Amino acid sequence: MDRSVRRSPHAPDLAGADIERYLEAQQYKGLLRFITCGSVDDGKSTLIGRLLYEANMLFEDQLAVLEADSKKFGTQGSELDFALLLDGLIAEREQGITIDVAYRFFSTDKRKFIVADTPGHEQYTRNMVTGASTADAAILLVDARKGVVMQTRRHSYLVSLLGIRHVVLAVNKMDLVEYARTTFAAVEDEYRAFAKQIGLADICCIPVSALRGDNILSLSDKTRWYQGPTVMGYLETVEVDHARLERAPFRMPVQWVNRPHADFRGFAGIVMSGTIRAGDRIRVQPSGRNSTVARLVAYEGELRQAGPGQSITITLADEIDVSRGDIISSADAPAGVADQFEATIVWMSDQPMLPGRPYWLKISAKTVTATITHLKYRVNVNTLEHLAAKRLELNEIGVCNVAVDRSIAFDPYRENRDTGGFILIDRLSNNTVGAGLLHFALRRSENIHWQATDIHKQARSLQKGQKACVLWFTGLSGAGKSTIANLIEKQLYARGLHTYLLDGDNVRHGLNRDLGFTDEDRVENIRRVAEVAKLMVDAGLIVLVSFISPFRSERRMARAMVEDGEFIEIYVDAPLAVAEERDPKGLYRKARRGELKNFTGIDSPYETPEHPEIRVDTTANTPESAADLIIAFLDESGAIRSG
Amino acid sequence: MPMTHLQHLEAESIHIIREVVAEAEKPVMLYSIGKDSSVMLRLAMKAFHPAKPPFPLLHVDTTWKFRDMYEFRDRTVKELRIDLIVHVNPEGLKMNINPFVHGSTMHTDIMKTQALKQALDTYGFDAAFGGARRDEEKSRAKERIFSFRSAQHHWDPKNQRPELWRVYNCRKHQRESIRVFPLSNWTELDVWQYIQRESIPVVPLYFSKERPVVERDGALILVDDDRMPLGEGEAPVMRTVRFRTLGCYPLTGAIESGADTVPAIIQEMLLARTSERQGRVIDHDATASMEKKKQDGYF
Repeated sequence: MDRSVRRSPHAPDLAGADIERYLEAQQYKGLLRFITCGSVDDGKSTLIGRLLYEANMLFEDQLAVLEADSKKFGTQGSELDFALLLDGLIAEREQGITIDVAYRFFSTDKRKFIVADTPGHEQYTRNMVTGASTADAAILLVDARKGVVMQTRRHSYLVSLLGIRHVVLAVNKMDLVEYARTTFAAVEDEYRAFAKQIGLADICCIPVSALRGDNILSLSDKTRWYQGPTVMGYLETVEVDHARLERAPFRMPVQWVNRPHADFRGFAGIVMSGTIRAGDRIRVQPSGRNSTVARLVAYEGELRQAGPGQSITITLADEIDVSRGDIISSADAPAGVADQFEATIVWMSDQPMLPGRPYWLKISAKTVTATITHLKYRVNVNTLEHLAAKRLELNEIGVCNVAVDRSIAFDPYRENRDTGGFILIDRLSNNTVGAGLLHFALRRSENIHWQATDIHKQARSLQKGQKACVLWFTGLSGAGKSTIANLIEKQLYARGLHTYLLDGDNVRHGLNRDLGFTDEDRVENIRRVAEVAKLMVDAGLIVLVSFISPFRSERRMARAMVEDGEFIEIYVDAPLAVAEERDPKGLYRKARRGELKNFTGIDSPYETPEHPEIRVDTTANTPESAADLIIAFLDESGAIRSG
Repeated sequence: MPMTHLQHLEAESIHIIREVVAEAEKPVMLYSIGKDSSVMLRLAMKAFHPAKPPFPLLHVDTTWKFRDMYEFRDRTVKELRIDLIVHVNPEGLKMNINPFVHGSTMHTDIMKTQALKQALDTYGFDAAFGGARRDEEKSRAKERIFSFRSAQHHWDPKNQRPELWRVYNCRKHQRESIRVFPLSNWTELDVWQYIQRESIPVVPLYFSKERPVVERDGALILVDDDRMPLGEGEAPVMRTVRFRTLGCYPLTGAIESGADTVPAIIQEMLLARTSERQGRVIDHDATASMEKKKQDGYF
């Protein structure tokens, strides 16, 4: 490699007629997305700034701003502080840290590059995971003086977890260790041994000084003992994942059904793997219907074939049912279909992940309801140890069983990031709260089928001469839920209706004896009682459920388990001060003395119902008048019906 | 055969546009008549071919655009047979907002930022495509492709949703809206290369020509109509100029250039030593001005 000439990344002489040749060459330029990992101290932003600078991607006015900023905020004395180029948001500049993922662009003759620059600290794990999710390669920075540290191991684990197959270990600040070969070799050996353990195969170790520009664009005179590629050289030539995806079976999630008129029905989406041609046999999943590709329709005219990464529109030979969210797969090698999986979940929200709580799950173009049925273990991202856990907090990673409310088509994440990666969305805030990587389907979901029975809910209700439903009483401890529910059940019984009262305290003596009062146990408590209520509704009963049920999510889950109109939420409203004053069981006093942990209203929240069917104010009503009010409402609305 | 970088960018943008249309209730495409809008419009045409894009274009008009831009806009929608909504802030009209008199900050706030919010509220659009690119400015580099706005159109940079893989979370509450940037990962160079590859028509002002200009505070301002007040001794001179970006003519500086074809523009850009936004007066108001404007609801 030529050590002396600094090559301009844009073709040699653009002033002349070379522009035509340049544009011609640009037609074949590829794209590489990569992520840089490391902390501010490792010189990560400096490295990216250096790459932009060396690729002539900084313009004069940007350089002028950078010079001014370097004087004002810089940490490099009179030298340019490249880190300032990247820390865009005001808060970051003031605090001198990189909080978010920033995307940078530069290009050379061979490739266009999209760099995801992510912060290094453990509290920004979610940001790094986000940046890594679309990257083909990763540059891990280590300080030559410190070598492989805990952070390097954590970043490597995340890189491996997210399926990045090519890794550069940039041993930075070589200028501060006199460019010593032995120092570099020691770091390299240690890292290779570790990388092998976690299954990272393609590793390239490069000695660099981002600050001085050694081995970034051209090989440095100061490291004549190093014969490998430069950082830019590696980035320009490393193989992207395209060939592997091209060989994989065809997958295209349907984003949009294009139906401009009765004679055209196209299915639009992006090809996630494989190739497709007219005449290919396909399967629509999860329905499992087969057909043949008729045409590949494009703005430019018909396509002969299409491959991974292309946004296409296809038409099928048969009129079969296809909707948004379905996956069109190769009929010979279809995706898996299941409703229960094992998956790794990275938690991204301040609100913890609680097993049993329902979330939206979006995988490619499909959104379903999902719950974590079992959290197997949490991974310590620094030591890779497996730890027992009942919940996942922000930035924690766990391996879980996940159940969804209907079957979905998928591939293992290891084989296909796009058909095996999903996000979890909070149903109340609509925020993205988790990222999931599917491992495999759980066998039980394949083997346990719903048994259809001949005697159904309607028949059972009819026999009892009533309409089955759930009367769900929610409110603080001491609000009067059980007292009122008891009065109502007596009135309904007197009318000859068939009822059952599920009381929170009573159920905790039996079915839920194993549960405590932490958030995750409260979620499970409600999930179980909601399931029981659902069975009882199916049996044709009017079920009265008297549970504090403090969280909106779980009340919403209980509501979703039965049919529309079968769930009547009754908010037994008593202000905390009033409930605490009543304190029929002496629990508030205990909680105030600190003898009772996680007590609703004291040190555990109660989320007020937003749209209950009925709200009764217990400061203005006696339990008897409250019961009468509720009965009157039920009669009026036709929710319960006798005879 | 691996895809080229332009094919990648094109496919990603089309995927984003389709995803929004599938999940939003009432999407709209912001159309500013510039080169980025021209590219975005072509991508929308491709995304839904053989159908037309199932949403209208919205031009938030300040009434101070170049005459060539209005002509180009009307010709484009006519040729493509797509719906265009033009919105002008009626209060701004009443106040007779004039960038020469009121300055760029006030003009931009009333005729662009407020006007955009009015238009989105009036028509009830819950998702709006914009042509912004991450390479334009530092705070944009960290903005998501899907950028959520409160009912008051505020942007909260500290509370952005992570975007993983190609899975976009489009869920929002009533009255919240999304600004979507399908060109996030494009650079100015990509845009021009794509225009070249696809032969996409753009406003003639991008190509150099002899035009009457006056020099003010170091910027070459085109005398586009008789609303432009000339100072004492100030007279338009004919110079061979073109524009790297287009906006309101009193706020957009021309550059001296002989580039009169797309390849010549690309060539000039590769040799250029100043970045694109420099010609825009709006960015120079204060440090981190764009982030502040965006928090207030600017696109």
